[in-house]
Amino acid sequence: MDAVNILSTKGLSKAYGGIKANTDIDFALPRGKTMALIGPNGAGKSTFVGMLCGRIPATRGDVFFEGANINALPAHQRISLGIAYTFQITSVFAGLSLHENVALAARRRLGADVAAVNAKVADVLARVGLAERTDQIAGDLSYGHQRLLEIAMGLAQDPRLFILDEPTQGLADSEVEEFITLINTFAGETTILLIEHNMDVVMKTATHITVLDAGEVLAAGTPEDIRANAAVQAAYLGTSDA
Amino acid sequence: MTDSQRSQLLHLGVIALLAAAFFILPTYHVGNLSRIMVLAVYAIGYNFLFGYTGLLSLGHALFFAAGMYGLGLSMELFDLTTAPALMVGLASALIVSAVIGFLALRTSGVSFMIVTLMFAQAGYLTILYFGSYTRGDEGFVIQQADRVMFGLDLSNDTARYFAALVLFSICFLSVARLVQSPFGRTLVAIRENEERARMLGYNTVAHKLKAVVISGTISGLAGAAYALLFGYAGATFATVQYSIFPLLWVLLGGAGTTIGPLVGVIFMFYLIDLSSDITSAYMLIAGVVLVLLTLFAPQGLAGELRKRVFKWMP
Repeated sequence: MDAVNILSTKGLSKAYGGIKANTDIDFALPRGKTMALIGPNGAGKSTFVGMLCGRIPATRGDVFFEGANINALPAHQRISLGIAYTFQITSVFAGLSLHENVALAARRRLGADVAAVNAKVADVLARVGLAERTDQIAGDLSYGHQRLLEIAMGLAQDPRLFILDEPTQGLADSEVEEFITLINTFAGETTILLIEHNMDVVMKTATHITVLDAGEVLAAGTPEDIRANAAVQAAYLGTSDA
Repeated sequence: MTDSQRSQLLHLGVIALLAAAFFILPTYHVGNLSRIMVLAVYAIGYNFLFGYTGLLSLGHALFFAAGMYGLGLSMELFDLTTAPALMVGLASALIVSAVIGFLALRTSGVSFMIVTLMFAQAGYLTILYFGSYTRGDEGFVIQQADRVMFGLDLSNDTARYFAALVLFSICFLSVARLVQSPFGRTLVAIRENEERARMLGYNTVAHKLKAVVISGTISGLAGAAYALLFGYAGATFATVQYSIFPLLWVLLGGAGTTIGPLVGVIFMFYLIDLSSDITSAYMLIAGVVLVLLTLFAPQGLAGELRKRVFKWMP
């Protein structure tokens, strides 16, 4: 495989019984870029990302990370390769402190080196603006802050690929703006795969866009290409191509 | 003083208190305390899995019995001396818990409870089935000659008390240390949110299996020590009741706290002891107290203390 792409898929498909959620998806994610994956509800975005992370077994097709086929790897091993994943529905350790939440994320890589873990925790909590809440219990945070904590847990892993599954879902407009700024602060450092509904966020962060519709890739390209694409407009606006 | 220094102090204080109790308390209570400390080891093992990893087993009597019979039968049938027999007890518990863990961890939640319960029942029935060797319900006495270790006669009250104290201290301190280690923290993460832990790159299945083996082996150690110190092995210790006991102790004392298991065993032991002085229907009193505690101190005694007063408590 070429070194340009950090992640790619070939013919990746998933069928639930007779229902085809994803059909023959060929996808390539260039290293260091921010790719947005968009598509209407039910387009198969979650299934696709689930197959990338190993949470959902693929019916057929291949997933390559850094050129190596990772089909056979279970989810936790894929994460260990350097893929960080934030959940669509907020999923933090609600009973533990912010510090411990982030430390758990950092520790898998940094091990028992307490000083390095503490430094990493302080660093990423500062980056997302939660530094002064480090001893609070995660479950006591507001929803918006919990989403920020998720980002911090992702960053603490120093990921090579950071998958953000609908990070701005359920946030107020002002919070969404902060999120856009935040995403752009680490956009150059790592490759980002962003699954997002909010087109404003997509247009302000993504360098590349892939559009899924009915389980297939409808279009892929730069934001300008996508905006001009008639098929995408039809899928989103519900008008027919003809 | 940092939180970890406070915890250290608390743990050493508990051990010092138990050591002092031998010289202060009347013989009757000293005898009780030896038993309590061995049972607290069992509770510590159970707490490691239930309190820290979040796995509720209803089959720990099997691990307790594996240790007990591993020691007892190797003495009875193969004439092993004390130390090797104790090793056999430990090894049996380790192997049994590894096998049961491997199989039972394919399930979770209620299914895990039922699967462990059924394995433990199967174990109990196996002990009865091989009654010609195990003497079933009746059990057998461990000969006094077999209860000598490092020159100490463990049937002697003093030796027994301090053997129990040493055993308790080792398990108490090492588990307290283990739960603060990265491995222990990961177990807590699994308890809190397993899917999140997995998606941080942790192999949660392997972690849970290790937790079952550690928990089962400590429980087995308690079983072997019980047989050794009190000179008896019997199938009663493999019954469902002995799977429920550690759950009750840990719930009452405070699941996920280091001193909870000891507190729970002391509380339950003396609750039954004192209420049976009052009436022969002592389980009625004990039952009411248990219900009240569950209602008003759902996190157990140590758990409520931690929540309300000593937030630093480990």
